[in-house]
Amino acid sequence: MPTLVSHPDEVKILSRRFGQGAAELDRYLELDGYKAAQLAIDNGPEWVINEMKASGLRGRGGAGFPTGMKWSFVPKQSEKPKYVLVNGDESEPGTCKDHVIFLHDPHAIIEGTMIAGLAIGAKMGFIYLRGEYRYLLKIVEKAVADAYAKGILGKNIFGREGIDFDIVTQTGAGAYEVGEESALMESLEGKRGVPRIKPPFPAVVGLYGGPTVINNAETIASAPHILLMGGAEYAKIGSERNGGTRLFGISGMVERPGVYELPMGYNLKKAIYDVAGGVKGGKKLKAVVPGGSSCPVLTADELDVGLDFDQMAKAGTMLGSGGIVVLDETVSMVEFALRTIKFYQHESCGWCIPCREGTDWLKKTLTRFYDGGGNAKDINNIQYLAENMMGRTFCPLGDAAAMPTLGFIKKFRHEFEEYLQGKRTEKHFITTDELVGAAH
Amino acid sequence: MSTVAESIFSPATAERFDKLVTIYPVKRSALVPMLLYAQDDLGYVTDAAVSEIAQRLDLLELDVRNVLSYYSMLRTKPAGKFNVQVCTNISCMIVGGYDVLDHCKKRLGIGHKEVTADGQFSLEEVECIGACCWAPAMQVNYDFHENLTPEKVDAILDDYAAGRGKDVK
Repeated sequence: MPTLVSHPDEVKILSRRFGQGAAELDRYLELDGYKAAQLAIDNGPEWVINEMKASGLRGRGGAGFPTGMKWSFVPKQSEKPKYVLVNGDESEPGTCKDHVIFLHDPHAIIEGTMIAGLAIGAKMGFIYLRGEYRYLLKIVEKAVADAYAKGILGKNIFGREGIDFDIVTQTGAGAYEVGEESALMESLEGKRGVPRIKPPFPAVVGLYGGPTVINNAETIASAPHILLMGGAEYAKIGSERNGGTRLFGISGMVERPGVYELPMGYNLKKAIYDVAGGVKGGKKLKAVVPGGSSCPVLTADELDVGLDFDQMAKAGTMLGSGGIVVLDETVSMVEFALRTIKFYQHESCGWCIPCREGTDWLKKTLTRFYDGGGNAKDINNIQYLAENMMGRTFCPLGDAAAMPTLGFIKKFRHEFEEYLQGKRTEKHFITTDELVGAAH
Repeated sequence: MSTVAESIFSPATAERFDKLVTIYPVKRSALVPMLLYAQDDLGYVTDAAVSEIAQRLDLLELDVRNVLSYYSMLRTKPAGKFNVQVCTNISCMIVGGYDVLDHCKKRLGIGHKEVTADGQFSLEEVECIGACCWAPAMQVNYDFHENLTPEKVDAILDDYAAGRGKDVK
């Protein structure tokens, strides 16, 4: 069972019920549970969307699109039913924040789904978890069943005539690509999880052809808290154009790894040194992957930056999914780059060529390089390949592989060059017999 | 009521499948969950399972196989009774994920995607399992084990071998 961590700098809004038994419905109700959903029913969709807009909440899955605006894009009138789809297919390496919400506060996700449904006029929501989260699905399934038993889900919810909402829960079966919103819809429709061409966007033509709001699990779980405290109050907590708090998963070589709730805009260096206790064993920090494995790496000199979507973009990287991975001086960037690319090669759905071929050649080249068979041209070739993948794929997986690769080459080129000259770290992690030939 | 006269699945799974086809706006949506539950029931997705699932969802077997081959957690060959999945992705790698994997290989005497001779354990190196902050981590069947060391791995595998391990299905 994942251990909960805590630090005085945390602002506990989303995590305020963690560790308090809130997976049980009665306890959730004691802790203001489902009050926000009733407020949403009382005040109507327009009020909900305005509060969400006022909150400045931006999507916590990685792209950072304003949530209130996303909800407002759904057409009011629709011949086809509308749906809410909660993306709990958390699979970006470095990211484990949704894991904690599902474990400790599943009703917040259910309540958020209802609120989104009320806002857009949907009567059905889906909560889709990644396949590996089966034990979390059991917790969510129980929470949904409890909510039905108490009249919180189903027909005439809270005893209100004509207000219906149903929720279906399920897991995927192991595919990172399914975290992309259109691939997620394909998967939920019982197909291979490959992306759809956009437009049309899901808000207009989504699940089963109906208008659909797709939100990350953390985004959805934030909605009840926003309605309870008021959008404007929530916005005050974060930084400019980045409302509220978010869950940051700090992992790797730090003294106190864990998921912490910090205000948007919180300083990255402070997050690593104060909140997570600094580098493990007093070693020197070498680099940080700031928002999940797809985000370009930051060097030790670049950490004095605020953790929000805009400041991170200005620093040449991304806030992404909030998964901060800390590397100390003992890690070889050549090896780290190879492990990162091995992941994207494995998870490419293979549908479009720049991603399928690009990730494969990147992996093959890096593997040979790592095994000692590289040459000086390889470094440029890796850069060339990654540059040519950027922006040329149906979905962001190609970019997600190319961006960190370009970051490694740009900021740690010297390490690749030194590697060629025989300078290696003491320990090699990856056993390459399983890597060669991209057999799996 | 089951649409299949004689199901190959256990009564509990067959009942679950009867319900699954009713909860979605489109029956086919039940496909991915069905394949997972079929695997839990039978150990892997057999030809007979493909056939019955196709029948239940009014699909061609080809449609079912098309989806079956896409997802990495679905398998068409038996795994061990306890499927050990060790994460070696970035957060796990740098804090000992490969040590855990190597230890499992030695201890079980098998490699990636292999099964022990007695059929008790199988081993897989897997991509990120969403336990980065509690790394290194592994799953045995669907149960998470975090903050691992080789000693902890030994204790966990001992527990499963002795029938004391947890199984979340």
